[in-house]
Amino acid sequence: MIEPRPIVEARGIHKHFAALHVLKGVDLLVAERELVFVIGPSGSGKSTLLRCLNRLEEPSSGSVVVDGIDLLDRRTDLNHARQRIGMVFQSFNLYPHMTALGNVTLALRKVAGKSRAEADEIGHAALARVGLADRADHRPGQLSGGQQQRVAIARSIALEPRVMLFDEPTSALDPELVGSVLGVMRSLRESGMTMVVVSHEMGFARAAADRVVFMDHGLIVEQGAPAEIFESPAHERTRAFIGQIQRH
Amino acid sequence: MIESFLNVGIMVQAWPIILAGLGNTILLSLMVVPLGLGGGIMLALLSTVKHPWVRYPLMAWVDFFRAFPPLVLLIFLYAGLPFAGLELGGFACVGIAFFLNTGSYYGEVLRAGIDSVPAGQIEAARSTGLSRLQALVWVVLPQAVRNVLPDLLSNTLEVIKLTSLASVVALPELLFQARQAQSLTYNPTPIVAAAVVYFLLLWPLVRLLSTLENRAMASR
Repeated sequence: MIEPRPIVEARGIHKHFAALHVLKGVDLLVAERELVFVIGPSGSGKSTLLRCLNRLEEPSSGSVVVDGIDLLDRRTDLNHARQRIGMVFQSFNLYPHMTALGNVTLALRKVAGKSRAEADEIGHAALARVGLADRADHRPGQLSGGQQQRVAIARSIALEPRVMLFDEPTSALDPELVGSVLGVMRSLRESGMTMVVVSHEMGFARAAADRVVFMDHGLIVEQGAPAEIFESPAHERTRAFIGQIQRH
Repeated sequence: MIESFLNVGIMVQAWPIILAGLGNTILLSLMVVPLGLGGGIMLALLSTVKHPWVRYPLMAWVDFFRAFPPLVLLIFLYAGLPFAGLELGGFACVGIAFFLNTGSYYGEVLRAGIDSVPAGQIEAARSTGLSRLQALVWVVLPQAVRNVLPDLLSNTLEVIKLTSLASVVALPELLFQARQAQSLTYNPTPIVAAAVVYFLLLWPLVRLLSTLENRAMASR
């Protein structure tokens, strides 16, 4: 069997912030429909790696190809490419001056060129998929953290991305609201969405991830199936880290 | 005293002149406020470009026009430029002077507003494919304006007061008309009338500003 071309191909990624060397040559390949979890201590570079995958962060060197598009090529229409790469942030980053529907439809109207009616229809459908059909006219300030994060997910999926990136999507949530967001992520996974998730939700990783990647000091230390990484990590640093987060 | 400052006969006589002046002051404000705001929005958007070729000229521009007294600027445009073969007329000179001077003030207010919007807002917008300019216009600017609304309004108050500068280039706005009436009647009552009219024009704005400021304090 010929391996299909990975949908995300990041190779040899280095990232410097002034004197800080945050990523020291990272390769990350993600297959279509794969759910990859990236874990690691804070400062390990996992969020920076994720942000390099849609070029919110400019890698100092290396290559990033997503769905066949070379993101670091100067000729690439980055704004067009980014519609295929959804991103969900730790702090939601919803637009507070717009309704939930307005948040979801902005890029549909301004980038994808849909009419208001078309965009509204797609937007309502996206909100329904995250279980918030009845919150379309609410502003972010009137929604709980969990609802806000689900609107943020709807904002991404409305553009029908090929890949979704999650940057600690549940870290800012009260514990009782985490479940609703993970539920939406699980249904996305079941619909076949390719996902790269930076998160420490171990239970979710065990249940849903195809692969867990452990990063430390700007490098991938090891990766493998969730059971492998959580039960019998090969490296001492992985073992120490897993032990630490499981005690919480 | 009342004969010279609150002379009813003179007031009746001067009233149509003052009223015409008020009309022109309002028209002038309706021109220079959008001009200044437009200039300010341009400057504020440019200020988000961190490239040194944009940043330093922009800083010099804003500093220069904030330090340049607007009255001097106006007189220079009106009385100085003709020596370079450029006769612009009073109305155009007022427009340009306000665009340059108040645009720089509005620009600084709006820049502070833009800085107050979290970086995550732009990142979210860019991640959905919006260009930098689209993200600024649709996501950042509306929030920026809301965050500095009291400062924008207070600046607008100053701008409306500054329209009285147009009297030096013979535009028949409120102050100019009042001075005309004063010299025709040899009585300062028209000036007092103009002051009252200015107050009545601006007082609602001052009230609105106070309300906004109190609300901003309360929400903090």
